Amino acid sequence: MRIDLITSLFSAFSEPWWKIFYDFSILTRGVDEWLRNLMTPFWTVVIEMVIIGVVFLLLYAVIGLFLVYAERKVCAFLQNRLGPNRIGPYGIFQTIADLVKLLFKELIAIKNADRFLFNLAPYIVIIVNFMVISALPFGKGLHAIDFNIGIFYILAVSSMGIIGVLLAGWSSNNKYSLIGAMRSGAQIVSYELSIALSLITIVILAGTMQLSEIIEAQRSGWFIFKGHFSALIAFVIYLIAGTAETNRGPFDMAEAESELTAGYHTEYSGIKFAFFYLAEYINMFVVAAIASTMFLGGWMPFHVAGWEGFNNVMDYIPPFVWFFGKTFMVIWIIMLFKWTFPRLRIDQLLTLEWKYLLPINLVNVLIMAFLVLKGWHF
Amino acid sequence: MGSNQIMFILFSVMIVVFSILTVTSRRILRAATFLLFVLVSTSGLYFMLNYQFMAAVQLTLYAGGIVVLIIFSILLTSHINQKFEEPGNKKIIFSAIASITGALLSILTILDFKFSATTQAAQEVNMRLIGKSLMSVEYDGYILPFEVISILLLAAMIASIVVAKKSGPRTDTQTLKQE
Repeated sequence: MRIDLITSLFSAFSEPWWKIFYDFSILTRGVDEWLRNLMTPFWTVVIEMVIIGVVFLLLYAVIGLFLVYAERKVCAFLQNRLGPNRIGPYGIFQTIADLVKLLFKELIAIKNADRFLFNLAPYIVIIVNFMVISALPFGKGLHAIDFNIGIFYILAVSSMGIIGVLLAGWSSNNKYSLIGAMRSGAQIVSYELSIALSLITIVILAGTMQLSEIIEAQRSGWFIFKGHFSALIAFVIYLIAGTAETNRGPFDMAEAESELTAGYHTEYSGIKFAFFYLAEYINMFVVAAIASTMFLGGWMPFHVAGWEGFNNVMDYIPPFVWFFGKTFMVIWIIMLFKWTFPRLRIDQLLTLEWKYLLPINLVNVLIMAFLVLKGWHF
Repeated sequence: MGSNQIMFILFSVMIVVFSILTVTSRRILRAATFLLFVLVSTSGLYFMLNYQFMAAVQLTLYAGGIVVLIIFSILLTSHINQKFEEPGNKKIIFSAIASITGALLSILTILDFKFSATTQAAQEVNMRLIGKSLMSVEYDGYILPFEVISILLLAAMIASIVVAKKSGPRTDTQTLKQE
């Protein structure tokens, strides 16, 4: 009976197995058909939801752990150090050891704190994170939800992440936390404008907000090349605003150690601190993934319109390799920002956003609309 | 019972429970958080109806905008140990009557309406459709309300800048002289 089930699963795939690296929908469709033959549609939906949930949990943990390790290695490289090198070859198990330590640590309950909100805040941050990464296209067919408002959904959901930070800062009943949360709030609310406007520039060029269609439109060339200087300006603004949105250096006054100890998560310990810490790194991943999807073609291989042979060679590299390659390249740039630029003051940060980035962005949107109307992009 | 009904019941129970908690909570930031849950579950209902644009607008305007604004002002003004007093009996009775009659009126109106069932599949509301009807001057276009609302918003923004603007250096010296 059991062997029967497995063979029927394999017979659901009509194509050779290696094709799933190029089009993941073969696998998902096969599993879907197999489940539908076994049980009622209701249970099929339930089981598929559970599978996708488990996959995202695993992905979340793996990406988070890897990024913490990568950050320490990049930082060490830039400061001419070795970085973690004791646990495992090149110290690759260092973050797993750190995680085990964090799991065993005591969860300190704060007196005079609003216990309910204090415990709720890390979960709000984490849940918002999950809602965002569920809409990202990781590869061809490797896309959990494809909304027709894709990029708008991502912007809408990620605007709620700040609520977790504000609640954490207030419910800790601590001046440092409160000031850290206020700074972080002012920063994220103002830089969200720049992010949205720079993405709107690309939406004008693409003519759609659905992420799968945006990637499909880059088959003949990535938007950063197609949109002339206008797309380039939008990309630079997006990188600056995205770094600020993730509260990373040089925009990390929200947790400036010398002034505020650790900002809004000063009072958190153990796994709740780990939630904030992980969420910060996943936020960086999300910012980089959106940058690669909107400007650098997402999972679309590097194509030049007209060069058929070249395009075919590029198609041999699987789409998810392209996606993760581009994303980690953007992450590398964001990490370089953190370890090379000194921290800004809060007034410099707000001046940069409201007096420079926002006006440049507004003009840039107009220029892009003009280019698209005239048909001057290629 | 299908998965649709289960989700609908889940969202409506969340909306009802958190709405009641919002008005009964004695701590102001908790009330704001419960309000956030109500707004998020409402957007879940819009997602169920396949009206994703409305759901995202609900999230970005109400959850990401207005609730953040409310929380900001609470952060600036209130202390963590502050609790509201229990309202008096008179207040409870009158607000209960007002809310129950309001709920009854809207429920009766909805039940009175003849919803005609169709066999058509749920239609996906396209971005292009929304944009075109917002900008359209045709019979079912929304260009006039759109423009009126944008003028209202502009007026509100100018007013807020005027209110928030610091007075010039002249008044500063005046206050100094008075001191």
